[in-house]
Amino acid sequence: MVIEWDRYPCESLYDELLAAPGQPRAVTAALLADLAALGPEELAIRQEAAEVSIKEMGITFTVYSEEGGAIDRAWPFDVIPRVIAQSEWERVAAGLKQRVQALNRFIDDLYHDQKVIKDGVFPKELLEHSVNFRPQCVGIDPPFGVWAHICGSDLVRDGDGTIYVLEDNLRVPSGVSYMLENRMVTKRVLPELFEHYTPFPVDDYPSQLFDTLAALSPRPADYPGVVVLTPGIYNSAYFEHAYLAQQMGAVLVEGRDLFVDDDDCCYMRTVDGLERVDVIYRRIDDVFLDPESFRPDSALGVPGLMRAWKAGHVALANAPGAGVADDKVVYSFVPELIQYYLAEAAILPNVPTWRCLDPDSMRYVLEHLAELVVKPANESGGYGMLVGPASTQAERDQFASLIKKDPRNYIAQPTLNLSTVPTVIKKNVEPRHVDLRPFILSADRQQVTTGGLTRVALRKGSLVVNSSQGGGSKDTWIVPDDVSPTMPSQSQSQEQTVTEL
Amino acid sequence: MLSRVAETIYWLARQVERAENTARIVSVNANLLLDLPRGIAPGWKPLIDITGSNALFEEHYKDYGERQVVRFLLGDLRHSGSILSALASARENCRTIRDIVPREIWEEINSLYLFAGDHLSKGLTKTGRYGYLRQLIAGAQTIVGRLDGTTLRDQGYDFLLLGRLLERADMSSRIADVRSATLLPEADELRPFDTIQWVSVLKSMTAYQMYRRSEQIRVQRGPVLRFIFQNTFFPRSIRYCLDNARVNLEHLPRNEAALRALSRLARTLDHVEVTELTPEDLHQLVDDLQAGIAELHTEIAATWFLPPPAVLETAA
Repeated sequence: MVIEWDRYPCESLYDELLAAPGQPRAVTAALLADLAALGPEELAIRQEAAEVSIKEMGITFTVYSEEGGAIDRAWPFDVIPRVIAQSEWERVAAGLKQRVQALNRFIDDLYHDQKVIKDGVFPKELLEHSVNFRPQCVGIDPPFGVWAHICGSDLVRDGDGTIYVLEDNLRVPSGVSYMLENRMVTKRVLPELFEHYTPFPVDDYPSQLFDTLAALSPRPADYPGVVVLTPGIYNSAYFEHAYLAQQMGAVLVEGRDLFVDDDDCCYMRTVDGLERVDVIYRRIDDVFLDPESFRPDSALGVPGLMRAWKAGHVALANAPGAGVADDKVVYSFVPELIQYYLAEAAILPNVPTWRCLDPDSMRYVLEHLAELVVKPANESGGYGMLVGPASTQAERDQFASLIKKDPRNYIAQPTLNLSTVPTVIKKNVEPRHVDLRPFILSADRQQVTTGGLTRVALRKGSLVVNSSQGGGSKDTWIVPDDVSPTMPSQSQSQEQTVTEL
Repeated sequence: MLSRVAETIYWLARQVERAENTARIVSVNANLLLDLPRGIAPGWKPLIDITGSNALFEEHYKDYGERQVVRFLLGDLRHSGSILSALASARENCRTIRDIVPREIWEEINSLYLFAGDHLSKGLTKTGRYGYLRQLIAGAQTIVGRLDGTTLRDQGYDFLLLGRLLERADMSSRIADVRSATLLPEADELRPFDTIQWVSVLKSMTAYQMYRRSEQIRVQRGPVLRFIFQNTFFPRSIRYCLDNARVNLEHLPRNEAALRALSRLARTLDHVEVTELTPEDLHQLVDDLQAGIAELHTEIAATWFLPPPAVLETAA
């Protein structure tokens, strides 16, 4: 049996692989043909092989439970890749670099002269309400003026095909290891797909990350002491911490391995005694970093670390305080910030956002609550979100009064119809909604991952892509625009294989 | 190398070795019981004696029956020395140093742990047990082989070998001790069965053929004990383990105290004519050896591992 793409139900959706039922997009014809030839039963078998592979390779995320300690769950993965044409990706990558550049300028400004506030671009009271602004960081000059060295931005494509930025994760974004592992699994279980495609490789990321970190070293040396600081094996992203350390050849440390001496330098405890550390890629939150400066009860951090950082004796990535720009209200200002700092128009649009701070916007939001998604600006509110189309009148009334009471704490966005990708569901192929998280590295120069991590909501109709809530992931391919629309001949594909060997 | 990592590698090696040795003693005991007449068979209790876990066992089980002992040693997670517990700890330890160990090692340990859990019920049946244990031993040997074949000969490797050698020396001494204590009464008509018991001791260390080649005399208590305790060429003899631990200790910095502890331990084996020891003397020797191994472990931990949290606080 073959897959009948003619009957693939994507009429009212934007599907990443099909323009319409039976009709491939520019670069996906050969892929759809290959998948159709394999057929749904064989795909289900490959899907199973992928799951076995993932279990054996120990690709996991951790869910913590009271009785069982840490439970390692296998990483949910769907074998059909998501494909993006190179030309489109280049535009997206340029937009991401532009965005992160502006955000870094913004963070640096907030911890120095706050020109952006004096010039009336960003309201002072928003900064005053920011839970992620760290007074401890005022006046610090991190290398290259960069605070967010590793950024993970979430992209979504709406029903009309426009790619929007949904949010920027500037604190400790995770997921990149799964992007790397997904490619490895696809190569293992669906090698024949690579006969017609040569997606750009993704596995350069660990070297790029290492170069980014090494560039921050306060001591010019051939081998800067780079470490990855993890909260430990009970953290949900522990797999990734270990994976990245291993791939970079960096040391994976926990807080108790590190020690700041009276000379304000950071050391790690080794078999040979104390050893100097130059750069820390920290995967723990600001407030746990240093019990001397933040939460005194933190057992994860290193006493005196902020002291060492301020003295310029150790680099921290991301810099403490970078999270000030990782907030839903700041997000809504990014197009203005790009204009302000770079004098350029934003290449990638934000999801249209109403800031309730503005009276006209608030009126619109209150009138359209049933169609909108309302989000609190920062997590401290704890009220969660209102998803208009799924809400009751009572919930809408409650939010209306919340918004009126504290308008500056709320933003609203339209409900997006996220794009889909064909996904193996039992012994069938059905459309499922996806998003995309690329990663942007910044230090002396900027780099963007080739594609990123595609997350997929495995439940029918669901828009929730989180792995803890029934989400999975897909390999993401960036392919040249000139992929032949027809199947290459036998001789061509053999030739290609020989070249690869 | 981080102190914490050194410690983790050391324990990882000990746990894999413990899982393998436990699989060996269960397998050999099962085999031995088939050869001995019902009335004189020592049963399964000696295995609990070997592992020194009688108190815990008696807390959870009524008697030393085959089913109970095998379950306790193979799959009881309340017993930290059971095969499944040891592999679970090894896996957890490996997880915390995934950045250090080659990926294949992690995959192997992970698969072995999954195998041990998934097929446990088979391992608990009389018919499935042999295959189950054989595969566990093979899996542990694969891990050892992969580690030997693929890891850097750096400090981590020294700690890996130290963990393996200490655990092995410890287990070898326990096996000899218990078998010696449950020795059959001296009587001519039981002699063939006595021999069988010493053969089983050798077999639990895969030492039978090596013994024949090395000693070239029939299997009997004296030479078997000498082989297990003092042979310098057999990789599971206590002497061999200690000699090699010295090589690894010598690679490490600030090793004076640990080397002294090792020398004290090694001296207990020097100038002892084990063939002539009474069961009581032998038991004393094994006690001394185990105390020495524990002392060496303490010295290694104090010199190279991460200080416990309380000490860290005072230092800061």
